[in-house]
Amino acid sequence: MSILTYIAGWPLLAALALVVVPRNYRVIIRAIAVLATFISAVLAIKMFCGYNCATPDADGYRFVQQIPWVESLGISYHVGVDGLNVGLILMGAIVAFAAALCSFEIQSREKEFYILLLVMTGGILGAFASLDLFFFYFLHELALVPTFIMIGVWGRGEKKNYATFQITLYLSIGALIALIGLIALYLQCGANTFDIPKIIRYVHDENHPLALTVQNFIFPLLLFGFGILVSLWPFHSWAPLGYGVAPSPTAMLHAGVLKKFGLYGLIRIALPLLPQAAQSWAHFLALLCVGNILYVGWVAMRQKDLNLLIGNSSVAHMGFIFLGIASLNLIGVTGAVLIMIAHGFLAALTFALSGYIYKQTGTLEISALGGLCRKLPFIGTALLMAAMAGCGLPGFANFVGEATVFFGAWKMFPAITIIALWGALVIGGIYMTRAIRNVLHGPLPEKWNSLADANLWRKLPYALLIVSLLIFGFVPKLLTEKINPDAQKIVAMATGNVIAASETSAPAVNFVAQNK
Amino acid sequence: MLEISVIGLGLVLMLADLFVPAERRRFIGYAAIAALGVLLVTSLSGNGSCGQFGTAFGGMFVNDSLSLFFKQLFIVAAILVLFMAAEFSDKLAAGSVAEYYSLIVFALAGMLFAASANDFTMLFVSIELITITFYVLVSFQRSKLASLEAGVKYLILGALSSSFMVFGIALIWGTTGELNFTKLANFLYQNPDVATSQIFLLGVLLVLVGLGFKIAAFPFQIWAPDVYQGAPTPTTAFLAIGSKAAGFVLLLRVLFTAVPSVTAHWANLLIVISAITILYGNLCAIPQRNIKRLLGYSSIAHAGYLLLGVAALSASGQSALMYYLAGYVFTVMAAFFVITLVIRHLATEDISGLAGLNQRSPLLAATLTIAMVSLAGIPPLAGFFGKFLLFKAVIEAAQTTHNHGYYCLAFTALIGVIISLYYYFGVIRAIYWSKDPEDLSPIELSAPAKLSIWVCLAGMFWIGVFPNTVLTMTNLAAAALGK
Repeated sequence: MSILTYIAGWPLLAALALVVVPRNYRVIIRAIAVLATFISAVLAIKMFCGYNCATPDADGYRFVQQIPWVESLGISYHVGVDGLNVGLILMGAIVAFAAALCSFEIQSREKEFYILLLVMTGGILGAFASLDLFFFYFLHELALVPTFIMIGVWGRGEKKNYATFQITLYLSIGALIALIGLIALYLQCGANTFDIPKIIRYVHDENHPLALTVQNFIFPLLLFGFGILVSLWPFHSWAPLGYGVAPSPTAMLHAGVLKKFGLYGLIRIALPLLPQAAQSWAHFLALLCVGNILYVGWVAMRQKDLNLLIGNSSVAHMGFIFLGIASLNLIGVTGAVLIMIAHGFLAALTFALSGYIYKQTGTLEISALGGLCRKLPFIGTALLMAAMAGCGLPGFANFVGEATVFFGAWKMFPAITIIALWGALVIGGIYMTRAIRNVLHGPLPEKWNSLADANLWRKLPYALLIVSLLIFGFVPKLLTEKINPDAQKIVAMATGNVIAASETSAPAVNFVAQNK
Repeated sequence: MLEISVIGLGLVLMLADLFVPAERRRFIGYAAIAALGVLLVTSLSGNGSCGQFGTAFGGMFVNDSLSLFFKQLFIVAAILVLFMAAEFSDKLAAGSVAEYYSLIVFALAGMLFAASANDFTMLFVSIELITITFYVLVSFQRSKLASLEAGVKYLILGALSSSFMVFGIALIWGTTGELNFTKLANFLYQNPDVATSQIFLLGVLLVLVGLGFKIAAFPFQIWAPDVYQGAPTPTTAFLAIGSKAAGFVLLLRVLFTAVPSVTAHWANLLIVISAITILYGNLCAIPQRNIKRLLGYSSIAHAGYLLLGVAALSASGQSALMYYLAGYVFTVMAAFFVITLVIRHLATEDISGLAGLNQRSPLLAATLTIAMVSLAGIPPLAGFFGKFLLFKAVIEAAQTTHNHGYYCLAFTALIGVIISLYYYFGVIRAIYWSKDPEDLSPIELSAPAKLSIWVCLAGMFWIGVFPNTVLTMTNLAAAALGK
């Protein structure tokens, strides 16, 4: 059994176990959930550390396990990691552990909440580990549905029903469009298998490339299907509102981990299998990124609610990842994967902090808050650090990713890169510092005198996420050395020139990595 | 022969009514279940007459892997319905319980004949055997006005559609002189001009009208919600599965064995019917408050999904259809089982009656939730893999035929799935998150009821997570149809 099976399997197993625990045993329910996610996180760290020593199989995947499932359709349970998903799984497992720790804010129907949280965790970790198209989709869907239920039931605020309705509708449509694209891809490539490495080999090594018309038909399905899941502008309006009302563990897991699924799908499936279509759509995608970065950035500046601000800023960050993918070169794709990981930690951290503030004050109106740093020194400092990471301050993992993306995108889209840089540094800086000033500094309103800072146990998730951000910010080599070779493979397949990519881009990435 | 044993069983049940004392009537039902169980095991092991493939009665009756698959499906459905009827028996008029069981068994016999029908006469006889027993089954609660009303509606519309069908069969006979499916196909192959004659096509169309009534496809769906709502719950369940599946097996035989040359030109008609059925069922289900009526509309929508498999005009489409039906049996049975048990003591069948169910009986609440989730097509349950196969078949058809209608159909189905999420989740919300009602008395479950609920749950997960066995069977069955 591969270690990946255990990483995704423990949370699912724990969810099953929780079904039989009586609902009154709250401590036990919580302990099981925290323990299961803790085991997965430890296993994920172990896997990440052992990645370099593990021997890759013929396709370059490590920790591989394959069990045939439906032979007549060519579906098998196939898991494995390469440089693209090893960091994502690590990030997902750590965020899931932090989310389970933060779930103390849930006070009603805890049993159901933890079951859904564990199903979501197991589903998304399995989806990232999966090397089979069917399971890739199947496990994502398994993780997606609990999100809707959690927002609908444990959500907060007056707009709860509307937000639940919107997020369910948008994400279901996105997922189903992507499903149609994936089925069409499976049927058109003719390899009669759902196995991703086999399909890639079939298309590239054995020279059965898909016809251009077919590519141009399937690529938009995947781009917009996955794009809706990742809140690509102009299909992003579900995200700020949905995160605004979601209970914070759900927002942490969804914004941090689940949302990266669509981006991962684009890199893992769409780029290598539909190279010509990817090239012809890249410009269009780059233009949509501007919508994410600039338009949503402006929207974020106008927000009066802290959670809506964070939600909008998280949508804006997706723009950088899309820009990295659209640049279709090694540096860009490496940067995209880096931001995916960094943003996962960051989004989880900010939503966890805003959840704590909401729990304490009962409001997230920016104008009603103020001077919180005096009463909540730890939470305030953590929020400040998160905000700095969000505007791309060096030292945090986000900076490494964003800088790398800009290096990569410069060659392809200089104009857009300038706009994006401006959006990242100026707009991001404005709304983040403004939020910090209004929430943390200034006079403390009378009514908040009774607030209490997080105790040691409560500090753990925030500390964990900040430490992760800093580690990867100072030593990005941990990630880049793993991502590089596999990103290069993807780029080589997407652009069709193997030599040029490896000669020109590898030193540049090292340069970027060494300068951090 | 399987059919003879089933009819014999029905007669024995009727006679048993005379000798068994009233308070032990429930056991007649269990005896019938045991007998059907034996038949199921023999048919599965391949020792019974079902396992011997071939034709009988001059080609009127055919045994192949398709009929075998559907016969097993019908018997499983009938067993579960009998369990349900045993739970429901206290609501039926005293002294008529055994009649109810025997009618179910007779309807089952009709379905078994339908599975093997290879001739228009056989088709008509089996349809009538099913429909006429259902007239009685629907209006069985004689003291309940809604039940009688449902019975009358079903009778009038059923008789109307039967007459259309007979007229259609007469036209086919008149133009070709053949009633046997296989011979008719040969005849059409040799005389292509007949296959395009207006009168013959009208005949085929009228037969499809009759079958469309059975499966509740648009525009012959009007009866479904009223009848589903009014009929006794076990009847509704049997109607939703047995009657629908019988309609589909006959539809498959007629379209792909008898008139394949006509069917090839009717792809667009099937696409349109399927799309409208999906949209109609799903849209009308949204405002429903009565749970049985809601499931009535949802069953129309599911007829539309199943028609996707027919419209694809391919072996993989037919296989997907049968796979979907197999999952549908367990899912719908689970849903109706819970409804039978929960609203047995309530005056209302409103969705709000489900409030607090998770405190009254966690097992029933979980079962109904899982059934709704499976109907909505969410992994890892049966409904997801079935829908996945159907979508795959439709997209495959789009790519091989270059008919863009298939893409439109796939997107329509997709919209239907999204709409359905809304009302299925509405039911789940009523179970778990509505205001607590006053009545929180636990619901007692008898051992057989528990057993059948666990069977349904196991079936939903098994078909969703381990598709191999059933998929092999449906692929074989589809291959038999293509011969």
